[in-house]
Amino acid sequence: MYPFLIRTPVAERNDEEGTVPTEDRITDIWGERTPYARGERWPQRVDGHLAAGVDASDVDAWVQSASTLHSNGDAFDIAVRDGCVVGVRGRADDRVNHGRLGPKDLFGWQGLQSSDRLTHPLIRRDGALVECSWDEAMEAVVGGTKKLLDEQGPSAIGFYTTGQLFLEEYYALALVAHGGIRTNHVDGNTRLCTATAAEALKESFGCDGQPGSYTDVDHADAIALFGHNVAETQTVLWMRILDRLAGSDPPAILCVDPRPTPVARAATVHLAPRPGTNVALMNALLHEVISRGDVDEPWVRAHTVGYDDLEKTVARYSPDVVSTICDVPAVDIRAAGRLLGESQALLSTVLQGFYQSHQATAAAVQVNNLHLLRGMIGRPGCGILQMNGQPTAQNTRECGADGDMAGFRNWSNTDHVADLARIWNVEPTQIPHATPPTHAMQIMRYVEDGSIRMLWVSGTNPVVSMPELARMRSILSQERLFLVVQDIYLTETAQLADVVLPAAAWGEKTGAFTNVDRTVHLSEKAVEPPGQARPDLEIFVDFARRMDLKDKDGAPLVTWSTPEEAFDAWRECSRGRPCDYSGLTYDKLRGGSGVQWPCTEDAPDGTERLYAGGAFWASPDECESYGRDLETGAPLEEQEYRALNPYGRAVIKAADYRPAHELPDEDHPLQLITGRTVYHFHTRTRTARAPELQAAAPEVWVEVSARDAGSYDLREGDLAEVRTRRGEVHARVRVSGIRPGVVFLPFHYGYWDTAEGWRPGEHGRAANELTLTDWDPASKQPIFKTAACSVRKVSDGDGTASPAPRTTASAPVSMSVDTTGGGTR
Amino acid sequence: MRIGTVLRDLHHDEKELARTLLRLAEDHRADHEVHHLGHDLAQWSMRHVREIAAIAPAYGQTLDPAPDGTPTLLQSARRAISELSGRSAQMELVMVRDLRDVYLRASGVLTDWEMIGQAAQAIADQELHELATRCQADTKRQATWANAKIKESSTQALVV
Repeated sequence: MYPFLIRTPVAERNDEEGTVPTEDRITDIWGERTPYARGERWPQRVDGHLAAGVDASDVDAWVQSASTLHSNGDAFDIAVRDGCVVGVRGRADDRVNHGRLGPKDLFGWQGLQSSDRLTHPLIRRDGALVECSWDEAMEAVVGGTKKLLDEQGPSAIGFYTTGQLFLEEYYALALVAHGGIRTNHVDGNTRLCTATAAEALKESFGCDGQPGSYTDVDHADAIALFGHNVAETQTVLWMRILDRLAGSDPPAILCVDPRPTPVARAATVHLAPRPGTNVALMNALLHEVISRGDVDEPWVRAHTVGYDDLEKTVARYSPDVVSTICDVPAVDIRAAGRLLGESQALLSTVLQGFYQSHQATAAAVQVNNLHLLRGMIGRPGCGILQMNGQPTAQNTRECGADGDMAGFRNWSNTDHVADLARIWNVEPTQIPHATPPTHAMQIMRYVEDGSIRMLWVSGTNPVVSMPELARMRSILSQERLFLVVQDIYLTETAQLADVVLPAAAWGEKTGAFTNVDRTVHLSEKAVEPPGQARPDLEIFVDFARRMDLKDKDGAPLVTWSTPEEAFDAWRECSRGRPCDYSGLTYDKLRGGSGVQWPCTEDAPDGTERLYAGGAFWASPDECESYGRDLETGAPLEEQEYRALNPYGRAVIKAADYRPAHELPDEDHPLQLITGRTVYHFHTRTRTARAPELQAAAPEVWVEVSARDAGSYDLREGDLAEVRTRRGEVHARVRVSGIRPGVVFLPFHYGYWDTAEGWRPGEHGRAANELTLTDWDPASKQPIFKTAACSVRKVSDGDGTASPAPRTTASAPVSMSVDTTGGGTR
Repeated sequence: MRIGTVLRDLHHDEKELARTLLRLAEDHRADHEVHHLGHDLAQWSMRHVREIAAIAPAYGQTLDPAPDGTPTLLQSARRAISELSGRSAQMELVMVRDLRDVYLRASGVLTDWEMIGQAAQAIADQELHELATRCQADTKRQATWANAKIKESSTQALVV
């Protein structure tokens, strides 16, 4: 073993002295501090990792790319030797990471070279999946599609994609599905991770598009993280915050999270509300900002509508009232209100603690409202980051592969539809827009009732990631469903497919993608895909050709085939829209490192912040959405929006707190929340195949508080059963500092690496066995954070600690836990 | 004064709207959004029923503040059937019809509230006007929701 960490660019490195072994980056997740003061530039620190026995001088080529195992967009180069990936090295000049990499960046690439990659198309014959040729597989898909179009029409066909392909691939899918097949049933698993981010931005600003920039960390005097464990989900962004905290003039930190995350430990004020009460808490914080007199009244008058309604609503949510709803001390709520009200440069970030919870959009919108009240948007340090969970989720949204229309166009604005039809050269009536595009949960409902008869799943694994898995398995294993799965491994979902299409992974294909703060990166092909695996773009384009999809003049609908051609087509589609890529080219992205959209002739270097000077994309003719009723989800009509917001200001939307649908009762006295750990991504398909990451968090665990451990006679390492009305999961106990009454399960663990393959054996392992089928009415994002559950001991442990990481939010509450136990050794 | 009479009718219509929403929620348990929203929006009407009952004595009416919400044996049977029938696309069409019923009832209630609101202004009754304005806004949202679901579901239920 000779792993090492590159601290300086290879060319300048002359010895190993002073470098930290890379393997320590499993336990030393964020690495060494490089402190900097407010307003200074974040120093560079180049992280890297090469496979055992490989030295930098052995590397044949360094190929430009960026991370696809989280949403941060860390730029790095892929090291290639003898046609294989052998390591990675951060790009020092990149605006996002300044050279730094996190554990998943450093080690995750090994999943590519796993011996169980899919290398041939598979087709179901006599009940079993067998190898076949691409021609056979694609003819089966095309034959199935044509038959259903004849029998029922486009309503029979659904596409369920991901947040992990490339921009060009989503755009191809959106064109093929909306413009060619003409189905309204297209969504991504982004519905589970970033739908609320998009919806909250549309509600407040009339249009999707991240207002803030990561550079706001450099300028903020306060950073508020709402349900966002950034230390584990975007490690490099947390490094940036840690470096500010280590420098002079550090920002104050507000953390809202029921778990003792690394963020909570570093926080100036930490609020740990009862799950499902975020709206009440946010209303109390706004109540404080207003009653303290911290509202920027001239700004609010000039740039917003809806303030009076908000003022009236939050007047009912004093810290004392909300203290009993959220079970948070009123004094802490006041302290948080003071922190937010006194800040002169506030950066707020929001993630799954809000998005996957009850009243998701209503809560996320209140964070936008906080910034609107304070007039803190579009200036250095004054940013909102409604985060994403997946690396390319932003592109799923932009390209219209997720229940939106391409280029943030408004499906209920006939001019926008006509404009898209012009670009695609189809009749406007050929693009379905009678109703909002079908969201993922509704697609599954239509599969369940048999009205969607063909579902094409690309790059996602609903049999593990969707809520209520027993239901999901019964839906996707129906005999009458024609299921096509396009993936790089034989996932749980792929095992149920009628046709499996082997895809090329990141590193084996070229494409662009965009991170949370609108930074576009190019990821170039570094190595060949294994066997007959093909890039997703090639598969979609091949499908369009074989289907003979035509535009209105009878010419082929898809006129391009290479990634660069697809990117250029997208540039035209995005021209003049908020997500304007018209000034970007592959050449511009090559060599340089990361450009933020909008990038146009007028802004050739990209745009750091949106909405400078309070100018929004919210006018009735420009906006992407007229908004929805936050409580019922019903879309607003155009006339209503015109009356509400004729001049295109930001919309302040108030919301009352409503209790969650499933509350604890006698049989299920606790609240279950599911979540993630720093070492894994999604359903663990890639990270479990990277030995260091897998060893760090090898098996599911359940976190309970010391108080609940006492009540239920549980000790560290015991085997416990977690049960809800939907099912049960067995997991070993981690007694942690989590909020009493709350139980946490990581959602990464499914069944592909168990004997059963795609379903539980005697006992459940996947957290989603337990979650409920219910979603936020506005964003349609499923609720993963408010299931009522019970916990009981199954058997005593053997004295060793549970396999939960000790380095993170899942750290044991008692330091007496055997420090050699646990996942991270 | 006839306000009492209209309040009595409105009290009845709000109860019926609540009952219709609850029945929709139970009959279509397999459609989770309709199930959850049906229950949520029924609560709004039940709240209205209580508020109408509270203000009614001022207009010479005695009205029951508690709508009958106890599930019957029949309802339990309907619940079981609704779960079983979730695998049929025909149920989607039944659901659209049931949503239409909700929409029509909500539209009727909306008109009732408009009448009450107008009368309250005519006699300058601040409290009644405030109640009518607030409840009318709720009812409009109930109707808009049913209408939006009808629009959405019709694109699938009517074409399969």
